[in-house]
Amino acid sequence: MSVSNQAMQDDFQRPNFFKTLRISDWLFAALLLAGSAFAYHKYSYLMDSYEVVILFAVSIGLIAMGWWWKAARTLMAVVAVLSLLAIWLYEPAVEALVASGMNSRDAVAALANLDDKVNSQFLFKYFLSSTSAIMWMSALFIGATFVYFAHLFTRNVYAGKIATAMTWSATTMGLVGLMVRWRESYLISADIGHIPVSNLYEVFVLFAIITALIYLHYEARYKTKGMGGFVLLVISSAIGFLLWYHFDKNAHHIAPLVPALKSYWMKIHVPANFIGYGSFALAAMLGILYLIRNNVEQQGENAVKRSMPWMIVMHALPAGIIAYVLVYHFSISPLSMTKILIALISSTFLVLMYHLSVRRELVLSVFPKLDVIDDVMHKSIALGFGFFTIATVLGAAWAAEAWGGYWSWDPKETWALIVWLNYAAWLHMRLMKGWRGVPLAWWAVVGLLITTFAFLGVNMFLSGLHSYGEL
Amino acid sequence: MTDTSTNIPRPVTRRSIVLDFLGSMNLAITVLVIIAIASVIGTVLQQNKPYTDYIIEFGPFWHEFFKALNLYDVYGAGWFVFLLLFLLTSTAVCIYRNTPVMLREMRNFRLNSKLKVIRAIDNAQAWDLTGDIDTLKNQIPRLFSANGFRSRTKQHNDRYVISAMRGQWNRLGYIFTHVGMIVVPLGFIMDGSFDIHLREWTGKSRLDTESVFVKDMPKESRLQPNDLWSFRGQISISEGQQANFALLNIRDGSMVQYLPFAIELKDFRVEHYDSGQPKSFESDLIIHDKDKDKVFETTIAVNHPLSYRGYTIYQASFSDGGSQLKLKVWPFNDYQMRSTEIEGVVRGEKVLTTRDGDLTLEFIDFKKYNVEPAPADDPLKRKFKNLGPSMIFKVRDGTGAAREYDNFMSPVEAGGRYMFISGMRTSPAEGYRYLHIPADDQVNITRFMKFHALLNDASRIQQLAVKTVEHVLKGAPDADKYKKDVIKTMGDLLDLFNYGGFTAIEQHVRAAKVSDEQKIKMGEAYLKVLDTIMKAAYGEILKEEGVDLSQGPTEKQQQFYADAVDALRQLHLYGTPFYLQLTDFTHVESSGLSVAKLPGKNVFYLGSIMVIIGVFLLFYMSHQRLWAVIYQDENGRNKLLFAGSGNRNPADFNIQFKQLSEKLQRLLEQNK
Repeated sequence: MSVSNQAMQDDFQRPNFFKTLRISDWLFAALLLAGSAFAYHKYSYLMDSYEVVILFAVSIGLIAMGWWWKAARTLMAVVAVLSLLAIWLYEPAVEALVASGMNSRDAVAALANLDDKVNSQFLFKYFLSSTSAIMWMSALFIGATFVYFAHLFTRNVYAGKIATAMTWSATTMGLVGLMVRWRESYLISADIGHIPVSNLYEVFVLFAIITALIYLHYEARYKTKGMGGFVLLVISSAIGFLLWYHFDKNAHHIAPLVPALKSYWMKIHVPANFIGYGSFALAAMLGILYLIRNNVEQQGENAVKRSMPWMIVMHALPAGIIAYVLVYHFSISPLSMTKILIALISSTFLVLMYHLSVRRELVLSVFPKLDVIDDVMHKSIALGFGFFTIATVLGAAWAAEAWGGYWSWDPKETWALIVWLNYAAWLHMRLMKGWRGVPLAWWAVVGLLITTFAFLGVNMFLSGLHSYGEL
Repeated sequence: MTDTSTNIPRPVTRRSIVLDFLGSMNLAITVLVIIAIASVIGTVLQQNKPYTDYIIEFGPFWHEFFKALNLYDVYGAGWFVFLLLFLLTSTAVCIYRNTPVMLREMRNFRLNSKLKVIRAIDNAQAWDLTGDIDTLKNQIPRLFSANGFRSRTKQHNDRYVISAMRGQWNRLGYIFTHVGMIVVPLGFIMDGSFDIHLREWTGKSRLDTESVFVKDMPKESRLQPNDLWSFRGQISISEGQQANFALLNIRDGSMVQYLPFAIELKDFRVEHYDSGQPKSFESDLIIHDKDKDKVFETTIAVNHPLSYRGYTIYQASFSDGGSQLKLKVWPFNDYQMRSTEIEGVVRGEKVLTTRDGDLTLEFIDFKKYNVEPAPADDPLKRKFKNLGPSMIFKVRDGTGAAREYDNFMSPVEAGGRYMFISGMRTSPAEGYRYLHIPADDQVNITRFMKFHALLNDASRIQQLAVKTVEHVLKGAPDADKYKKDVIKTMGDLLDLFNYGGFTAIEQHVRAAKVSDEQKIKMGEAYLKVLDTIMKAAYGEILKEEGVDLSQGPTEKQQQFYADAVDALRQLHLYGTPFYLQLTDFTHVESSGLSVAKLPGKNVFYLGSIMVIIGVFLLFYMSHQRLWAVIYQDENGRNKLLFAGSGNRNPADFNIQFKQLSEKLQRLLEQNK
């Protein structure tokens, strides 16, 4: 057997990361830096020194991300092109409305908020204004969830590919929506302009995007689409909330910031937090996946018979949701299509989830192996824990600057600590005590409940300094 | 927290038993979870409210129970602090026990590992060696090095060991996270209230619960600049004033903390968005520092505090700082309508002598803007409406009873009509009930006041009634017979109305000794009579204004009449014999500042950064080891044993190991 000398030589070469980069990588980096430099040149008068640092640090971070995960480059490029196109289209659209007698800020608001009374360019109105883009994101995510389930049930490779493509598209549209919204806020008025991570509507979009991105990364890395349906379920739930918030509460309007939020800290604190939330949500869905597969493996052929309570829960819950929404809406308040739609979709997903979970041969063939699920779950929690730690420290630093103390046992702070302690305990059990599998899967699921309370429940039920995202 | 890599038996001593207990992983995790659960209590149960609130909420039994457990101040409760300290101790014991192990692990290449042990590793592979062993001994470390591993070699009697590792910084991750978790609370403790408790306990300082003004506070409640290591205090300064202290509010009392400099408030500003919502709160400060012989100006705002000499000054709140108000008193009980002009200062008092005796005006607050949400779909469009300045004051009578009023300076527009609005309530627990007084064509209150005065002027009403009755009954049969009665009824009804609105008239009708049917007729007739005289009076007022009524009143004038009657019928509930109109003001604001000295801040940040670095070292670095052992088997054949392990992400390491062993395989092929 002969081995090529070249291969031998390569084995002794210390791999130089920069030598592995191609021209496209350098081009990508150059474009990104040029974009940042342009943004600095054009808008530095709106930034303080911290924001300039954040701008360039984020550029470098994005370059690193693009080099390390090539698919992210394409995403960034497409988002950039679409966002620029939207921004470019905005000017004539606003001008046309101003010519028809509207003031410019109402014009922007009408365009951004999909005001029916305003006629504007088709492409713009139905595709690129921030609200439209976010609607596309929502539709694509819910669609992707269905297609992922179709893939799980049929084992059709093509369906899997479509599902992945839809998830990428949804992520793209979501990011475009946020980018355009950012610009829109400044078009309304320079003093209203702010990064769109300031209220519940905006952070739900952010949550969906980040969770999807983390998932897509693991999907590519582990070359399995078996986790997709379940992970997309948690994203679809967020979308359900988003739609309800939009249509029933009219919460999609861009609102000015309260003075306490006017700080560069928001730009880093909030996204760091949502990397944490997204990872924890992903881990919880993998926990469910793990429990289902484990159940099937443990109980052998009798899996279907033994899961009576599971069956009851997974059918009673959807029936209950639909009954509640119908009864509530026919008797108490006028019918809300959004709520009925959300109820129908979520019920369908629950029933689908059940029927998938009892199909032994499907579970064994399409779900990833237990140790893979376990591994991804652990990695996801480790990632989330790292960023959640950063977010909490940033939050404390911000509190010190805004309120004069880095820790005041405010409900949001306390719940952040609870979430942190919870996952710290989870990681200790895994790394130090060698726990694996079922208990950690359950714990990850419970962890999501705790995280959700910290994220939403605190705003809904408890009062405190953090009352920005009220329902 | 024991690492699986160290199973060296330790001698059992009393000390080691204690350490084992404190350093036990299970205990640490249990405490961690208990702290998490206990923290929940403090977020569900609102902390540090007055005890009376809790008694109302939970009843006396549970109140006592919760109080005994210190649940109203969970995070300051002894047991909670004990749990935190326990967790710290436990962490410290872990660090004490494991740091030497970790440091040893980082440096130790494990060159002495037995063949048996290496062979038992999950990732292990063996080859027969046919090529030149010395070349191999030279090449393997180079191969390892090309893959980022540092290696050491050792010739044993029976074997040649090449041992390599990378990612040993992962071990530092352990030390960093755990030391960080001790440093962070240390920062807390440094900035906590320990030294003030110590001063109280040793009797050096005393909490003041009585004094209203700082100047009345006893000496033991006054703290000099260097008395406390850390503190967080509040101070409210009015524009043009200065202060060199902050108030520390502790439990149910307070102390004064003096600062080594004085803070003067030059100006306080609230900026608004176009929609009326506040955009920024800013204070222009002048710092007078005698020690450093320095005076400088600076501006602070929310999110932009001032740091000076270790003190940080934050924009926390704002309030009125004694605005000067110019007022017009319109008496309700004087038909000559002699209005007087007075002046007032917010947070000041004024005694007003009226026919009903002396009344004290207490000026509570002045608001330059009253931004109220207005109904609209779009928050950017008219969701908020500025109702202009208003003043809040109390009117206290001789018995000490007081009513609170909120009077708006400018009339407020609603549906094309302008109304002077005055809110009234008898206790702070109630919401305001509003009196709407219509404004006249000059957007003034005068016409209404004149109308009201005329209705209360018995002699003029008498004349007017005679005139009106003459006019109305002209030509009617038997007019003279009941003319007098009608005139009297007009006066009586108006008296009743002035006294108690329509309600008084209704009561009067109900009290009449006639059948129900007749009562209804009587009521209708009364209302008609009342309306006639009031309309006549209104006509008089319009005529006085010089309004031409030959075409009858306009729609706007009719609307004014309806609104005026609406206001008049409620006036008896208003509670003061005058209407206080705000005519002018000089706005003086007061800025609420937080002043803090938090020397533990940097310690807190240091600890936080350690934790963050540690977490990433722990999860994103894997301490990996490789062994390549060249030895002879029992048959005297040369063998190469290759094995490796990583302490994180075994799945990833398996792939890396496989790639490495392929490279090694190629190397062996080459050397054949």
